[in-house]
Amino acid sequence: MAEIVIKGVAKRFGGFTALHQVDLTIADQEFMVLLGASGCGKTTLLRIVAGLESPSQGEVWIGGRRVDHLPPRDRGIAMVFQNYAVFPHLTVFENIAFGLRMKKLPQVDVERRVNRTAELMHIEQLLKRYSGQLSGGQRQRVAVARALAMEPDVILMDEPLSNLDALLRLEMRAELKGVLAASKTTTIYVTHDQVEAMSLADRIAVMHQGRIIQAASPVEVYRNPAARFVGSFIGNPPMNFLPAVKAANGSWSVAGLTLPGPKSDRQAIEFAIRPEDVEAGEAGLPATVRVIEPLGPHTLVTCDVEGGLFRAVLDSNVAVTAGDRLRLAPKPDRIRWFDPETTHAI
Amino acid sequence: MSAVAEAPVAAATADARKAGDWLLVATAILLCIWVLLPIYLLIVNALSSPQEVTAFPKRFFPSFDVGSLAFFINFAGVARALWNSVLVATLTMVLSIGFGAPAGYALSRFDFPGKETFRFLVLMTRAFPLPLLALPLAVMFIRTGLDDTALGLALVHTTLALPFAVLITFSLFSGIPVELEEAAWTLGCTRLQAFRKVILPLALPGIAASAVFAFTISWNEVFAAAVLTIENRTLTAFLLQSLGESPLYLKFAGGAALVVPALIFIFAVRKYLFAMWGIANR
Repeated sequence: MAEIVIKGVAKRFGGFTALHQVDLTIADQEFMVLLGASGCGKTTLLRIVAGLESPSQGEVWIGGRRVDHLPPRDRGIAMVFQNYAVFPHLTVFENIAFGLRMKKLPQVDVERRVNRTAELMHIEQLLKRYSGQLSGGQRQRVAVARALAMEPDVILMDEPLSNLDALLRLEMRAELKGVLAASKTTTIYVTHDQVEAMSLADRIAVMHQGRIIQAASPVEVYRNPAARFVGSFIGNPPMNFLPAVKAANGSWSVAGLTLPGPKSDRQAIEFAIRPEDVEAGEAGLPATVRVIEPLGPHTLVTCDVEGGLFRAVLDSNVAVTAGDRLRLAPKPDRIRWFDPETTHAI
Repeated sequence: MSAVAEAPVAAATADARKAGDWLLVATAILLCIWVLLPIYLLIVNALSSPQEVTAFPKRFFPSFDVGSLAFFINFAGVARALWNSVLVATLTMVLSIGFGAPAGYALSRFDFPGKETFRFLVLMTRAFPLPLLALPLAVMFIRTGLDDTALGLALVHTTLALPFAVLITFSLFSGIPVELEEAAWTLGCTRLQAFRKVILPLALPGIAASAVFAFTISWNEVFAAAVLTIENRTLTAFLLQSLGESPLYLKFAGGAALVVPALIFIFAVRKYLFAMWGIANR
């Protein structure tokens, strides 16, 4: 059992605040992904959980034990680093065995555990080699095997796939997910890659400027962004935003279209819709087509709606050419509204 | 039209580049001669018989007559001076690495106020002229009883070698990714264990090189050695004192005995000395 509780953790480097009062609870055996652009504080938060960085304030609990004053070795964690950090002066076998030898396990157990994790990561034929004789993908496998061999309660991963090439990343992603699910550990995984986050996570914590904006399941984060930032950061292409002005009877006027919307005291709010949630039809948002990108299964159409950029993913059967005037009808249940001042969802 | 105009320009730049290449090669050859010729003459004469040293014309290859070297080694006081040199140089080496390596590690791994100033000051100690220090040091050493001892001289040599030890080990430790250490911490190591099991094995060749360099600095140093020792002369101080009146062939033998070990040491550790200045040469 290793639930991780982060309570009011803040981190300041001199005058710069990397983390503002972050609260997050990660359930036992959950796969939590910290997602955000570089500099959002996600790696700092991970390093605070690992004990490589100490929080300026707040508490970290792992498995019901307060750990923020403990060194990394006493926290029951294992970590995988972005640049692998495979010890160059030791063989693959000794790398994987390193932590087990520190625990002073008998040689039989060390060998059994090293062989088992090496088999799991498909590197059993590399055990006698040194790090310099391995490819990037193989080094990453060694790093993961070294963490798994510790049989930790918690595995922390800092962008473990970002140094691999695209094809290898795809392959490792699926493999990691299977291995970590089988190992029954609690995982915190840091990445800036939203596809990686969506495909791996039980829950995603989207971070921005030292704060967690939303922590929810991948589908929830995608469908119901809690703030404008989440909608604009997640999704490729990202969400479309248009200004909405208050009309009669609690409805809102968006680019000439009148839509039923939420109650708000404000005169102007923001309308948002995912590119794939519009359909070309008779009625809808008036759009002038600028660029057409056929992507096979569907067509990405970049348009002008009331002078603003608007992207729509249309069925590839819809015949459009640049300069066409379209009517794009948003699916009513997929429309989201944001407060322009707080940027929160309404 | 433009092609016609461009051709002479291209030819001119090619000429200029060629001339530049020649200049570079010529300078390199000149510098090599500047350094290598005295060493060559020293070794040739040291390995020649006394008659050949004064003879003319010289032979290009020495006759490998070890007579003058053998005479030099058996010269009264040389063995003692040699032992003193080794003792002082070894002490210097131990002290320089003992103090320098931790300082280099601290510089590479920790951020502390005044870090840049500290690095600068480390380098500045080399700008302090030794003759200025020698007299007050001699007085102080006599008062404390450190005069004419190997330890006293080693302390002075350590102040000369320490800046290099700090800077070489600093670049050495900076070249080892901090993640390796952090990985060791997460795998159950204390700071000290991580240093011993991960950092030290990786840094050891460089530390050894830095130690050899400190040894060489002490081995070659003559001024402090001449001022601060009387009975327990090191080889350099002994040669300075006694070879002035010796015949030419003995001077060559003494010079070779001094230069050759230093040359071999420096050659062995050259890549780490380049690393100190941030030139990757691996």
